[in-house]
Amino acid sequence: MKYYDKLIFELSRPGRKGYSLPKNRFDRNALAALPAGLKRGEAAELPEVSELDVVRHYTNLSSKNFGVDTGFYPLGSCTMKYNPKIDEEVAAHPGFLTLHPLQYSGSVQGALELYYNLQKMLSELAGLEEFTLNPYAGAHGELTGLMVMKAYHQRRGDLKRTKVIVPNSAHGTNPASAMVAGLQVVEVKSKPNGSIDVEDLKPLLDDTVAGIMMTNPNTLGMFETEILEIARLVHEAGGLLYYDGANLNPLLGKVRPGDMGFDIMHINLHKTFATPHGGGGPGSGPVGVREGLESLLPNPKVVKREDGSFELVCEEGAFGNVSSFLGNYAVMMKAYAYILSLGKENIRLVGPMATLNANYIKENLKDDYLLPIQGVCKHEFVFDGLKDKSTGVTTLNVAKRLLDYGFHAPTIYFPLLFHESMMIEPTETESKETLDEFIEVMHKVAHEARETPELVLDAPVTTLVRKLDETTAAKNPILTYRALLAQQDGND
Amino acid sequence: MSKILENLRYSDSHEWVSLDGEVATVGITDYAQHALGNIVYVDVPEVGDEVTAGEEFGAVESVKAASDLISPVSGEVIEINEDLVDAPELLNQDAYANWIMKVRVNDPGEVGELMDAKEYASICEG
Repeated sequence: MKYYDKLIFELSRPGRKGYSLPKNRFDRNALAALPAGLKRGEAAELPEVSELDVVRHYTNLSSKNFGVDTGFYPLGSCTMKYNPKIDEEVAAHPGFLTLHPLQYSGSVQGALELYYNLQKMLSELAGLEEFTLNPYAGAHGELTGLMVMKAYHQRRGDLKRTKVIVPNSAHGTNPASAMVAGLQVVEVKSKPNGSIDVEDLKPLLDDTVAGIMMTNPNTLGMFETEILEIARLVHEAGGLLYYDGANLNPLLGKVRPGDMGFDIMHINLHKTFATPHGGGGPGSGPVGVREGLESLLPNPKVVKREDGSFELVCEEGAFGNVSSFLGNYAVMMKAYAYILSLGKENIRLVGPMATLNANYIKENLKDDYLLPIQGVCKHEFVFDGLKDKSTGVTTLNVAKRLLDYGFHAPTIYFPLLFHESMMIEPTETESKETLDEFIEVMHKVAHEARETPELVLDAPVTTLVRKLDETTAAKNPILTYRALLAQQDGND
Repeated sequence: MSKILENLRYSDSHEWVSLDGEVATVGITDYAQHALGNIVYVDVPEVGDEVTAGEEFGAVESVKAASDLISPVSGEVIEINEDLVDAPELLNQDAYANWIMKVRVNDPGEVGELMDAKEYASICEG
């Protein structure tokens, strides 16, 4: 089954089934009572397969997955750290699994307490006053945070603040979230090292600015050393500072966004707090605010009563709910278990270890790969492709060749500040042996690019599907089985 | 080394302009198409749209990245290259033959302020 690549629909045979239902003992069936408008015109086109077909199909597909559990995953900006299994055990606790969101508060005290405690822990780690855990993921957190920013100005009756300043090195979600929030994006240039150009920022700060969105360290993995000055300037102009928590990992336990002057932030629990993400699980994007902005957070909220009990309340908030009930609750349980299992002392090691690992790889590879920004990076760094550009081997080719050696590719062609960006983030959970193995393979690929470039240009060769035609995939994607059949018919 | 034509004017955001009377033809440079890689989509303006020098008038998307198109001139769009809608890869084949839009410029003098081939070559090297 090494080359298994079937779709479940291809296994389908008319009449084959994997179930046996008892004979209907009732004269009438409920379908007859349904209004015609609610009935589908024809039967659903579901695959007709046996139980063994289903088991074998999905077991084979699962073996093709690449995840942190199978190998090193240095995908920059994504913080693909190991997801401890104890977190999964906690999240699978039967006492939590069977809860219904509409149960009355008295019957779900433990669940509400977990939400409340996690909210408090995040507030402490971030140096902010209060968090809502309701947003579903990072970009949803950004949108929620920007709605808080907008509501803050509107409540003060300051209606002309419609602009959000975003650095040109920002994560793409920042300007996208600002647009969705109904704010206008103004770009501020970055200096060659990716930090915000304070001189370029100054003239942008007027009374139409609602705030600025930043990540620190920035997308090149460099700490914004002028953050206190930037915070002073933005606050003086009447704006707020939003912290994109995607790069929080290297600061964990060391530096707090609140202490840097940020007013609003989101945290990606699925990055910094080790819950599965990507194909592995849903995200969670809690939003924190500084004192004075708490009343603008979305509903529902978990409050602690004087008698120590917890209650789910909906207050007259700024804009109601951003999610159904309390968001992705299972993710919160995992993050809570992660924080408690590390403890207050060990969590301080996360940032420094992530930083050490990134710098170790960077320093060992800068002989073969072009390092545009010298100096100590934080949790990640960016190469501008191979140092030797004469071979014709691009960043894309290197990324594909890494798959042949059993590593996940780094993030490529982001940030846009360089043409051949290759963004590497090892995280703190990898051993020195794994880092050494990766360094050796990266050197090997650079060597191949010089000596036998065709090996790299044709990669990957050991994967189930080889080099993909990205142009055709982008222009004429086949996304459904029906479209695949239509294409095959066309070829016949 | 990317191709730079002598008789054109260039912007620092890698668009080229050729001026004929008061009509400017605008496209992206060979350097730009090369840096972007395989182009899969071009978002062009509509005939009749007003474009402003230094402001966005469309976008190109490649397998690597999406990039705004910045107009090097101000004026009214009088023609667009319809071929690019179905075949954006034409920009990879020849970025100079495959122009993106023609603009009736408000001030033909504006074009003279853009870079010449020699100046543009120096920023591509840098």
